[in-house]
Amino acid sequence: MLRGLLRLTWLEMKIFVREPLGAIGALVFPVLGYVVLGRLMGRRVAVPTSGAGELLRVGLPIFSAILIVLTSLISLVTIISIYREGGILKRLRATPLRPWTILTAHVLVKLAFTAITLLVMVAAGKRYYPADLQIPIASFTVALLLCTFSLLSIGFVIASLVPTARFAQPITAAIFYPMIALSGLFVPIEVLPRSLAMVARVLPLTYAVNLMRGILLGDAWRAHLVDLGVLAALFVICTAISARVFRWE
Amino acid sequence: MSAPLVRVAGFRKTYGSVVAVDEISFEVNEGEIFGLIGPNGAGKTTTMECIEGFRRPDRGSISVLGLDPVRDVYKLQHRIGVQLQQAQLQKRITVREAVHLWTSLYGRPAAQGEALLQQLGLFEKRNAWFMTLSGGQKQRLFIVLALINDPELVFLDELTTGLDPQARRAIWDLVRGIRARGKTVLLTTHLMEEAERLCDRVAIIEHGRIIDIDTPEQLVARHVAERTVVVSTGDPAAEDRFRSIAGVASVTRHDDRFTLRGSGSGFVTAVIQCISDARITVTDFRTVHPTLEDVFLKLTGHSIRD
Repeated sequence: MLRGLLRLTWLEMKIFVREPLGAIGALVFPVLGYVVLGRLMGRRVAVPTSGAGELLRVGLPIFSAILIVLTSLISLVTIISIYREGGILKRLRATPLRPWTILTAHVLVKLAFTAITLLVMVAAGKRYYPADLQIPIASFTVALLLCTFSLLSIGFVIASLVPTARFAQPITAAIFYPMIALSGLFVPIEVLPRSLAMVARVLPLTYAVNLMRGILLGDAWRAHLVDLGVLAALFVICTAISARVFRWE
Repeated sequence: MSAPLVRVAGFRKTYGSVVAVDEISFEVNEGEIFGLIGPNGAGKTTTMECIEGFRRPDRGSISVLGLDPVRDVYKLQHRIGVQLQQAQLQKRITVREAVHLWTSLYGRPAAQGEALLQQLGLFEKRNAWFMTLSGGQKQRLFIVLALINDPELVFLDELTTGLDPQARRAIWDLVRGIRARGKTVLLTTHLMEEAERLCDRVAIIEHGRIIDIDTPEQLVARHVAERTVVVSTGDPAAEDRFRSIAGVASVTRHDDRFTLRGSGSGFVTAVIQCISDARITVTDFRTVHPTLEDVFLKLTGHSIRD
């Protein structure tokens, strides 16, 4: 069935590129934003002692990564609900394709576009960020991948529950974008008021940000067992929920 | 005759407290076009989707090509072709991409798909996006996809709903073509004309129950004994003569046109006899054949469109 999966994935990528805002929204906008930001503030990154430099050096890559993952997530939820509403999921399920293949193809499409966007971004950002910044690329990629899988699994639960395609995008955006504010990315959780800090501790994004930040700063994986555990548990639980409640029509 | 391809016995399906299909039984024979007919919500699609293996019956047994559609769903998929009600494809998938996806999923040569596109008149549209196709073209594409694995049994669910009469007729020819290839067709429709023109046998379903099963002609003969004759004449004495015909049930008049209803196979002859005996000058004479529509009305007490 692997052949069917690859074939469908490739087809869905082509179809996604044909969408009026498909590739532009996923690729061009984030990269453009990143380059503009880099142009404006890139030089300050070189000054290691400044607060802004610290924020940019660590915060910006994570912020960009999170935004791209969330864009993918919203797009995933939207596409799944559109496909369900149009009976496309039902039609595909009535073929020898196994049900999980159809959904996995969409995850692969999103992963591919996330990866391409990040690569282009890194290439475009090189000019503005000093080359000697020590970024553990391999481990950061793994951390990002784990976060992506975990967040996309939440996306599937939402996709299972949203009533119509029209609500998919606003609902998902309303759930995730506010999380960024409390995720510890801009304001350390320790300085938040007690009540907000408690909210922050139950948000999945907080653990994703914490893991990515730690890995980016060179922490050992062992120092982030809690983050890893939470993200893995989230993935398992959300996948199990989706498998039970996912509606094909 | 060989064993039935589809055998449904005592099948029941409920959604929560709603009984969608209640204890129905029927068989579909090889080489025929069998229609499940009835109004929307009668349980036609539920029945079909359980036979296709997409839904699980609550009770009763269903056997398709000797297989259990729920347990052997993947085995069955290679031997049946389906067209689903209200299904779509990706807006921006091209006709050719869809056909190639299907041929590869069923392990068939791509050329087979191309040949079907030719036969169903979609070859010029092979590079068009799905969203740009007309309603009739979309349904033709779904027929192509349903035939791609050279299935023994083809399911068509409300195939012509939403199409204009011309496109509908073209689709009917294609369905007869499917039968001509030696395949068996199980279809649903709420259009009585479609059932009458296309089906070898039909099962009339209402409120999840089968009311009767037979050929359209037999159903009409069995349930609608009434014959209608329409006669146009300027003869002032005609009305009284018509009312005295043996077996006449009603005579209604619109200007010069009389509609005579009566029962029994001898009624039309009696009308002709009366016209001849009374030397009534007739400018028009026709008999109106009862249709499945009349059968449905008779059996359920309401029109299928209500």
